Amino acid sequence: MSRIHVTTTINGEAAEFLCDAGETLLDVLRDRLGLTGSKEGCGTGDCGACSVVLDGRLVCACLVLGAEAEGRTVGTIEGMTTGEALHPLQRKFLEHAALQCGICTPGFLVAAKALLERTPDPTEEEARYWLAGNLCRCTGYDKIIRAVLDAAAEMREAH
Amino acid sequence: MVRVRLWGSLAAAIGGQTEIEVEAGTLRELLDTLARDYPALQPQLERGVSVAIDGVIYNDDWFTPIRPDSEVVLLARLKGG
Amino acid sequence: MALDSKTEARKFKIVGTRPLRPDGIDKVTGRARFGADMSAPGMLVGLILRSPHPHARIRSIDTTRAESMEGVHAVVTRADFPAFVEDEALADVLDNCMAGEKALYDGHAVAAVAATSGAVARAALKLIEVEYELLAHVTDVDEAMRPDAPALHEDRADETVPAGMSDNVMARHEFGHGDIDAGFAKADRVLERGYRTEATHQGYIEPHACLATFGSDGQADLWCCTQGHYMVRNTCAAILGMEQGRLRVTASEIGGGFGGKTTVFLEPVALMLSKKAGRPVKMVMGRAEVFRATGPTASSSIDVRIGMAKDGRITAGFAELRYQGGAYPGSPVDMGSMSAFAPYDLEHVKTVGWDVVTNRPKQAAYRAPGAPMAAFAVESAIDELARELGLDPLEVRLKNAAREGTRASYGPTFPAIGLEATLRKAKDHPHWSAPLGPNQGRGVACGFWFNFGGDTCVSLNITPDGTVTVSEGNPDIGGSRASMSMMAAEELGIPYEKVRTIIADTGALGQNDVTDGSRVTFAVGLATIEAARAAKREMCKRAARIWEIEEDAVVWEDGAARPAGPNAGKHPPMSLAEIAAVATNTGGPIAGHCEVNAEGAGVSFATHMVDTEVDPETGAVKILRYTVFQDAGKAVHPAYVEGQFQGGAVQGIGWALNEEYIYGEDGRLQNAGFLDYRIPVASDLPMIDTVILEIPNPGHPYGVRGVGETSIVPPLAAVANAVSHAAGVRLTHLPISPPRLLAAIGAK
Repeated sequence: MSRIHVTTTINGEAAEFLCDAGETLLDVLRDRLGLTGSKEGCGTGDCGACSVVLDGRLVCACLVLGAEAEGRTVGTIEGMTTGEALHPLQRKFLEHAALQCGICTPGFLVAAKALLERTPDPTEEEARYWLAGNLCRCTGYDKIIRAVLDAAAEMREAH
Repeated sequence: MVRVRLWGSLAAAIGGQTEIEVEAGTLRELLDTLARDYPALQPQLERGVSVAIDGVIYNDDWFTPIRPDSEVVLLARLKGG
Repeated sequence: MALDSKTEARKFKIVGTRPLRPDGIDKVTGRARFGADMSAPGMLVGLILRSPHPHARIRSIDTTRAESMEGVHAVVTRADFPAFVEDEALADVLDNCMAGEKALYDGHAVAAVAATSGAVARAALKLIEVEYELLAHVTDVDEAMRPDAPALHEDRADETVPAGMSDNVMARHEFGHGDIDAGFAKADRVLERGYRTEATHQGYIEPHACLATFGSDGQADLWCCTQGHYMVRNTCAAILGMEQGRLRVTASEIGGGFGGKTTVFLEPVALMLSKKAGRPVKMVMGRAEVFRATGPTASSSIDVRIGMAKDGRITAGFAELRYQGGAYPGSPVDMGSMSAFAPYDLEHVKTVGWDVVTNRPKQAAYRAPGAPMAAFAVESAIDELARELGLDPLEVRLKNAAREGTRASYGPTFPAIGLEATLRKAKDHPHWSAPLGPNQGRGVACGFWFNFGGDTCVSLNITPDGTVTVSEGNPDIGGSRASMSMMAAEELGIPYEKVRTIIADTGALGQNDVTDGSRVTFAVGLATIEAARAAKREMCKRAARIWEIEEDAVVWEDGAARPAGPNAGKHPPMSLAEIAAVATNTGGPIAGHCEVNAEGAGVSFATHMVDTEVDPETGAVKILRYTVFQDAGKAVHPAYVEGQFQGGAVQGIGWALNEEYIYGEDGRLQNAGFLDYRIPVASDLPMIDTVILEIPNPGHPYGVRGVGETSIVPPLAAVANAVSHAAGVRLTHLPISPPRLLAAIGAK
């Protein structure tokens, strides 16, 4: 079976890869490009651990084919930091102890960033519903929601 | 002599006695003596027990001292998650 | 070691603060390496073929077509493993990893392949031909106990099981004291009720994963996500018939475990595939495999009888608990039977537990294994009795609460414990007196759990520039590296930032028990403190040599060696860094270490309070407010203590409201995915408020108690009590899913 050649942009940098037609974007990111920050918790779009942004839209990388990345832009957890500087969400997750094991954290951060780009001043309820597609089994979500709301407040002040 | 309290299943194995007296100054002596004098306890001792000595739970340390007036209670082997 | 260290009354500088965790940056940037994130040159992909039948004799397995497929490098079946494993429990672990004579549940592994890609491996699985002889199956605990039920095993019951029972009954456990008949005779009211809970999965987001490399020299390396890599080493070595020292296991970052990663599933298979293929083999489970073949906790069927006097005093308590733990003996019914009535000071109490096997996956520990279901039954009954007698449910619990000096329902006399304190805090909390609206109800419940100690090693090294590295052997599942660094810094009197804690592989330290039983902050913390003390003694010795005074004339205070008193001479203090800088000149590198079986862990109690609202039209339940009151002994890092309280409470909420293993008549699991096995999501929940109490554990130098497990014990009952009040009907079967609640409302 011949492989598909894909040219795309990942975290702002040009990238190309060969993949099988049936391969998911998540498999490509993890197994072909070494970007293992996106996690596979279910492979069926239920847990959100593989959340990435595709042309500005939040998606589960396990439900997107690698070939679909052709000509598009992909944002992953690895692109969230600017040089050494953490994104405010990353910093607030640490300050609020919003992670225990940390497996869901990349997905939550990518999803929360997408939320704050659309809704800079979310209510607690809006944050909870936006993040309802991201499963966390450790924290009970309390500290995650606090971290997201706190980061939103800080980012609003900075503007 | 140390008075040892048994849980229900162990008591049933030796004819309903819920307390027995054994000569033991350490946890190891306690377990050895129980196995020797009460063969019916052997299967459970082999599966493992925990021992509460004066309210503190021990599992394996042979040389844990036991005083004659210590409260000694055998427990099913504890396991956590 | 018997613990002679006693809690010191001291003012902490670092313990009790909330510094950032040392593994934090890696975890918010995606750099942290979990089980599936490692690869090796020439690596193959391993996959497992699983039985689609709940119970079947394996007549034959033909692997020849799969083996001859291009890209397939190894196929293994049970025939590749040693025929005999002496330890019965380990033999069961092997049989669970790779079925022998029979497939015992839907999802049971029967063969495995290693191939150049996942696609090739998947195709190869289809070429393996298994001839099954289908057998009758049973998945329900009460049905499995019937004498005519299909039997999974023959002659496996232990000596406690009376003759004539079903072959599926493996053990009987009995605990208690007093004379319950006499106690019931004194009661003004006796309640008898049956309760059921369904099996739930630990639900960690990271599926099991490992990377095995088996060399032709008989040495092997294994990378895996586990709660205990020393356990993985020992278990795999026993199952594969190799020496423990030949296998080095490195623990990856672990994406949740909650008890479910305290055993092995893939690891022995990956090692065997690697051995046969002569190449590294990586195995990663899919989520459906995780549900079908790992984890779940026991389901239960429990009968409770409680007698209460008019004033709320419990005169007698009895519970008969039946837990099915899947296809092998060892359900946690013994622990459930011990903990059921543990919060209460009872003169007459008895519990009887039955360990039962069914055609379901072998249960694995799940956070306070066995206790949540038992607490659900007992706390529901107490709540119902209190309501019938017109009594305040918190007052009833206070009246009966176990205290220091109480003879526990499982035998020993309690030392200082914190149950009463949690109840008083709950009673004084504004949550308790907040008004409720229509269709709303409030529930409370108490919970008890043991703490654990066990084998623990810590090696604390002073670097030449005066920073400190701590190596320990317990995978960090929720921030424990931060806690160890804090305790080391506290003890040494240096800043937290000067200490870095890592999890060492199995070649670097002696035996360490698993990260379970709420043991890490207690036991590894204790060993860390002892290791730091050993390093301090050595540093005092070095200072004494430099100052040419006696060793015992030097003390360690505020991060420096100092003369003990005026008689020791006038020497300026030497800081840790100053002593480290000349270590080479004063005797060599400086380290402290501690290898200990940390006996003497304490026990732990919590009280939970929850408000729920019931939608009588749909049967949906909303959690409106939740407060956890728990004794932490001493909270080393309060943010992560709160996190344990909150996480346990929410797992309990899931168990109470949504989560359950659903089996069809065909014995197959019908909901092996997160869509149909629904764990709580952010929009289901309010904030989870926490109140940390600190009643020091006398068995730990800083008073630390384990906090990880107790928080899942009360919520099942607290939620059920709240929903029962909101709906006006007693709910006795968990989860209280909308159909079940609607049926109960319809039947009232």
